[in-house]
Amino acid sequence: MASNTLPAAKAAGPRRRRASASRRTQTRAAYLFVLPFFLVFAAMLIVPLGYAGYLSLFKSQLIGGLSFAGLANYAEALSDPDFLGGVGRMSLFLLVQVPIMLGVALFLALALDSGRVRGGKALRLLYFMPYAVPGVVATLMWGYLYGRDFGPFAQIFQSLGMGAPDFLSPQSVLGSMMNIVTWEFVGYNMIIMYAALRGIPSELYEAAEIDGASQFRIAWNIKIPAIRPAIILTVIFSIIGTFQLFNEPSLLDSIAPDAITNGFTPNFYAYNLAFVNQDVNYAAAIAFLLGGVIAVISYVVQLQTQRAERKQRKSMP
Amino acid sequence: MKKASTTAAAMAVLAGITGYMITGCSPAGSTTPAKDAAPVAREEFDKAMQTPTKLTFWTWLPDVDQEVALFEKKYPQIDVTVENVGQGGEHYQKVRTALKSGEGAPDVIQVEYQYISSFNLTDSLLDLRRYGADDIKDDYVGWAWNQVSDDKGVWAIPQDVGPMGNLYRKDLMEKAGLTKAPATYQEYADAAKAVKEKTGAYISNLPTNDPAQVVGLLWQAGVKPFGYDGDKTVSIDVNSAKAKEVLGYWQDLIQKDLVSVDADFNDQYYQGLASDKYAGWLTAAWAPIFLQGTAADTAGKWNAAPLPQWEAGQNVSGNWGGSSDAVLKTTKNPIAAAELAKFINHDDESTAMFANKQFLFPAAKSVLEDPAFTGKKVDFFGGQEVNKLFAGIADTVDTDFQWLPFTDFAYSSFNEKVGTVIGAKGDLGAALDAWQADLEGYAKDQGFTVK
Repeated sequence: MASNTLPAAKAAGPRRRRASASRRTQTRAAYLFVLPFFLVFAAMLIVPLGYAGYLSLFKSQLIGGLSFAGLANYAEALSDPDFLGGVGRMSLFLLVQVPIMLGVALFLALALDSGRVRGGKALRLLYFMPYAVPGVVATLMWGYLYGRDFGPFAQIFQSLGMGAPDFLSPQSVLGSMMNIVTWEFVGYNMIIMYAALRGIPSELYEAAEIDGASQFRIAWNIKIPAIRPAIILTVIFSIIGTFQLFNEPSLLDSIAPDAITNGFTPNFYAYNLAFVNQDVNYAAAIAFLLGGVIAVISYVVQLQTQRAERKQRKSMP
Repeated sequence: MKKASTTAAAMAVLAGITGYMITGCSPAGSTTPAKDAAPVAREEFDKAMQTPTKLTFWTWLPDVDQEVALFEKKYPQIDVTVENVGQGGEHYQKVRTALKSGEGAPDVIQVEYQYISSFNLTDSLLDLRRYGADDIKDDYVGWAWNQVSDDKGVWAIPQDVGPMGNLYRKDLMEKAGLTKAPATYQEYADAAKAVKEKTGAYISNLPTNDPAQVVGLLWQAGVKPFGYDGDKTVSIDVNSAKAKEVLGYWQDLIQKDLVSVDADFNDQYYQGLASDKYAGWLTAAWAPIFLQGTAADTAGKWNAAPLPQWEAGQNVSGNWGGSSDAVLKTTKNPIAAAELAKFINHDDESTAMFANKQFLFPAAKSVLEDPAFTGKKVDFFGGQEVNKLFAGIADTVDTDFQWLPFTDFAYSSFNEKVGTVIGAKGDLGAALDAWQADLEGYAKDQGFTVK
């Protein structure tokens, strides 16, 4: 986003060359306005980031104390089955849950935007409501719903004379977690897409209708390409959110301790390393690596879409 | 890309803040053995107790204010602030963080027995011998005193203990044709079969997430899984033949579906206790009160007995839970702080209050021998004198049991390596081997010598 504003500023430059004194004042004022942000940014982000990076280069032992370890923590992490297992699990989560969630969100956004749904405003609010429920509460609530003896699902199955499904077994807990996250964030992603849809000029639809395009064609060929940036945004958000999952495993751990291992998600692993194993240095290395994984995947996704866009533009006459 | 790097940064911030809290400063104070330090003289004590002093006491015990009020009544110049910073793990993390940051640490903390050596590792506890702790040694059950002391010092004053017994549903047992509690584990296994066949209930549950209970059962069997010399050497022996025999026994019951494997202390579990899912619970002396709260509908149907024994005629038990109060070395008022820890756990009125109002199972002999406590008939257990039974059991707990100086990890590792296998109804002997390997690996990695 920063790269977008830069050329704009340059373009505005020449016009104001004559009034250079007032321009300088304005520049100074602009820096003054962004200063508070950068102060907090430096204090709350850059400094701790540097400190964590510094920590990750050391090894602390309960006996023997602190010693410089170079990149040993990173080397250890790259062959740590718990960390790699967590990253693998989250990758699976990403491949399965994110497409489902964003697909549903897109469908709902298109449906609401088509204007053919009665009570659209109320529905929009309803879909969005789960996002207003804090993640912790949502997980506790679903934990209750999943309960094997007292949960409503279990009771329905039992009253039908069937065995209650175990949503919290080691095999099924990942799926159950996907469901919680989907429930929570569909509405949020839908709102982003819906807002983007509202921004499309309606002349395009009129033109398409005159050309005899069906609603489906309009959605597929006009709406979706038009809100592509919004969709990419939700994809990136989802990638980040997925790799940062923490509340869900942390809370489900108490009701499904044998299903949620210490390294269930990388973030949960870093937490356990720091507070249970008392190994902050290794936890810092894990957090850094995880940040790296997220950065790489997000970058690859963005690169792919940019390339696709360029290709599309070239293919246009 | 920008978003992603921001996130990476944000992650690191979290790690950074955490790191700052944990290792921001090196542990305060080097080892200064207080050996042969002269006991605090009477005048010194009186002066300290008559000087206006503020103390902070971190504990999660509900209503501890009333015992503290007794202390403040006796020593009006001392003003104690009680703070609850969380229970269990959370509490210890905050204590550690405060100690490492060098400020904000309380004067007195509640500490469970299995965590005392963890705090001794960092040399954080005040040796209470100088403050008269040795004089009251004989006022507590011997094994509890062993838990708070070693040859280097007295590190805390016992508050409550959890000698283990067998709480069972009399009605379900009778339905299965059993008129008395199983005396041996062989009888217990037979009873498990009869109960399951006749009533459909599990004779008990072996939780997937409760190392403390399993360790209590190992304690009863005379297993010595842990040891710590107070310096750099630990001994780890969780996969001894005896330990494998104990868990092999439970594995057999689990695989025959006679013992359930539910995680404990969550809603699901409470529901199982309140319904007829479990016919019993091998648990600690604090459980009778706990059950009355969670399984109120089953009042009158329960009974209490000693644990089954590995050999007929034996009479031994283990311990599960219980706490003590320790003074942190960083305190500026050691005399008053030590007196607080001693007073609330030694004064007759205060200990009686713990036992009869907060229902802690006492470690102090004065209460254990007090007819007002032991003679209480409990309706929930059909009028049985449950306290008397557990007071008797308290004398049979194996006296010598040690812990590792990294209980957090040991327990978390148990859940990973053994708990998951309990849940999967798998080979618990192999699970103990895995636990052993994990503990040894961690200990070596942390610089300990493993014996």
